[in-house]
Amino acid sequence: MTPLLLSSYTATTSLGHGLEATLDALRNGRSGLQPCAFESVELNTWIGEVAAVDAQKLPKSLNRYDCRNNRLAQLGLEADGFADSVRAAVTRYGKSRVGVFLGTSTAGILQTELAYRRRDPATGALPADFFYRTTHNFFSLSEFTRDYFALEGPAIAISTACSSSAKVFAVAARQLACGMIDAAIVGGVDSLCLTTLYGFASLQLTSAAPCKPYDASRDGISVGEGAAFALLERAPAQPESGSVLLLGTGESSDAYHMSSPHPEGLGANMAMQAALRSAHLNPTDIDYLNLHGTATPANDAAEGKAVAAVFGDRVACSSTKGATGHTLGAAGAVEAIICALALSHDFLPGSPHTENLDPSIPLQYLLQSRSGRIRHALTNSFGFGGSNCSLVLGVAQ
Amino acid sequence: MNAEPNTYAKTPLTAWIEGIGFLAPGLPDWPTARAVFDQKIPLTVAPSVLPVPSILPPAERRRASRVVKLALAIGLEAAAHAEADVSTLATVFSASGADGHNCHALCEQLASDDRQISPTRFHNSVHNAAAGYWGIATKSMAPCQVICAHDASFGAGLLDALGQVVIDQQSTLFIAYDSEYPEPLFSQRSIPDCAGVALLLTPEKTARSLACIRVSPTAAAATRLLSAELETLRTAIPALRSLPLLYQLARGESATVCLDYLAPMQLSVVIELC
Repeated sequence: MTPLLLSSYTATTSLGHGLEATLDALRNGRSGLQPCAFESVELNTWIGEVAAVDAQKLPKSLNRYDCRNNRLAQLGLEADGFADSVRAAVTRYGKSRVGVFLGTSTAGILQTELAYRRRDPATGALPADFFYRTTHNFFSLSEFTRDYFALEGPAIAISTACSSSAKVFAVAARQLACGMIDAAIVGGVDSLCLTTLYGFASLQLTSAAPCKPYDASRDGISVGEGAAFALLERAPAQPESGSVLLLGTGESSDAYHMSSPHPEGLGANMAMQAALRSAHLNPTDIDYLNLHGTATPANDAAEGKAVAAVFGDRVACSSTKGATGHTLGAAGAVEAIICALALSHDFLPGSPHTENLDPSIPLQYLLQSRSGRIRHALTNSFGFGGSNCSLVLGVAQ
Repeated sequence: MNAEPNTYAKTPLTAWIEGIGFLAPGLPDWPTARAVFDQKIPLTVAPSVLPVPSILPPAERRRASRVVKLALAIGLEAAAHAEADVSTLATVFSASGADGHNCHALCEQLASDDRQISPTRFHNSVHNAAAGYWGIATKSMAPCQVICAHDASFGAGLLDALGQVVIDQQSTLFIAYDSEYPEPLFSQRSIPDCAGVALLLTPEKTARSLACIRVSPTAAAATRLLSAELETLRTAIPALRSLPLLYQLARGESATVCLDYLAPMQLSVVIELC
């Protein structure tokens, strides 16, 4: 693909609001995970909760969008001057030439879960203050963002579970290449809800301790939440030194099982190879790999096999989910932004909570963050239904 | 940086249609729909009939919901129409919501004293459940996109499918479909029944091409259907915002139609029959 510029980007997770807090936590090996005390949830697990989400007040004209997911979206959009960058792009290109491509796995389903507790005892009806379209529907996040900036161009939600907000980069890149738009707001937002917390628990995929990706004793995920955004534009012939570029995208399907990865990581392997091809790079060109690394026994074993098959053990890699938790539909974008930080600040993130690496997975896995120059980073995101996506990012010299 | 948008040529969003799948209330497949649109037989509105997905392994077949059966039926019909190998096709799924019945059951249980939901209910709750079952059924490891844009889902899916055809130069099976919610969500989102359309889109004209479509944004109003029953279906079920396009394909007439997308952006579709 033709490289695209991330002209502005931001991330908000349990590590903090915006890039500075995220960078500080990643460099110092700090984790945002805490024992679960969310809403009325009674589960013995740890979560990555974002602080002060419910303190966000949406603009009065957008009240119908009010739910935890869109509050988190607004919190994320207003960090790092991202919203101002979008407004500048709208001025530059016009309101129908800036597209919205956002990933989410559950959008504002929490709003519906809460509304079901308040059904009319006689009729079963949902309360009058519940708005399906603008909170529950998967599109509510993209439509909120489109209305937040008064845009009139294309908008799409991608919902492929935990690969959602990696795949948005591929969709947006195609629309930019077609000339349908001149800039794209890409990213993902997923927020804590009962469906995912009790759902992953039902599959026995949540850990009772903070998640330990690639650890020999890993036993499940820590569910997190997050909002991450990037503004994608066509790159100038000579991008400014230090600016971050999207170089390649690769997608594949496992065609294997609804909730288990292909045991040999075949789909993951194909996605990484496709991303390298799209970026016109070889495996030896990648200096850091941000793993999907959920810390379930099956995911890390399968992904480890795929990475070893494509890269051998020469590429430094880590999962950052011990820091942020698994932000599900936001994970692709959160981890793309983590790669952008690593590329632009010359460091490689480590893996909080992981102590004893699984000896059966032959990777150069980073337990501690360290400084180092990286030119190209690859990030993996895999989801239920066997949906795989890898992205390659680079930094202009 | 100095962006120079005007220096970038706009690539027309053009593709050839090689296969069509269709299912709607009273219109169980594309041949029936074509005959109705061409006024050879009258429309008899009746509940949608969803074929048993015999392509799925027994375990998945048992767990397949209405929305999965719908997506598989129309996707397989379009691929068979085009004599395409489903195991190699890239896919774009687009739906205005996931499995409404499953969603209702989850929300009801999570509001009760017993929150121990079933693992199958949970993995069937993802928007890409139909796409996941499609992968298992067809063994296709090709890229698969799963889109939602509420009432604008057909247009949103069409834009990405055309993006894959034009930019990635790959044949892409586009499957747009919707299913209903039970009460109390039905009162908030009143999709009456299952319906969907699948189009196999290719980057080059072949001997099997049925028509060429060229899509561009417009501010015009959507083309309406003369039949009151069909116009009701068009506005009631998001995937059937495609009906003006399918109507022309059925009648074998080149034409330009306008499809609803996302106000104020609409999609103009120039259709040239092969």
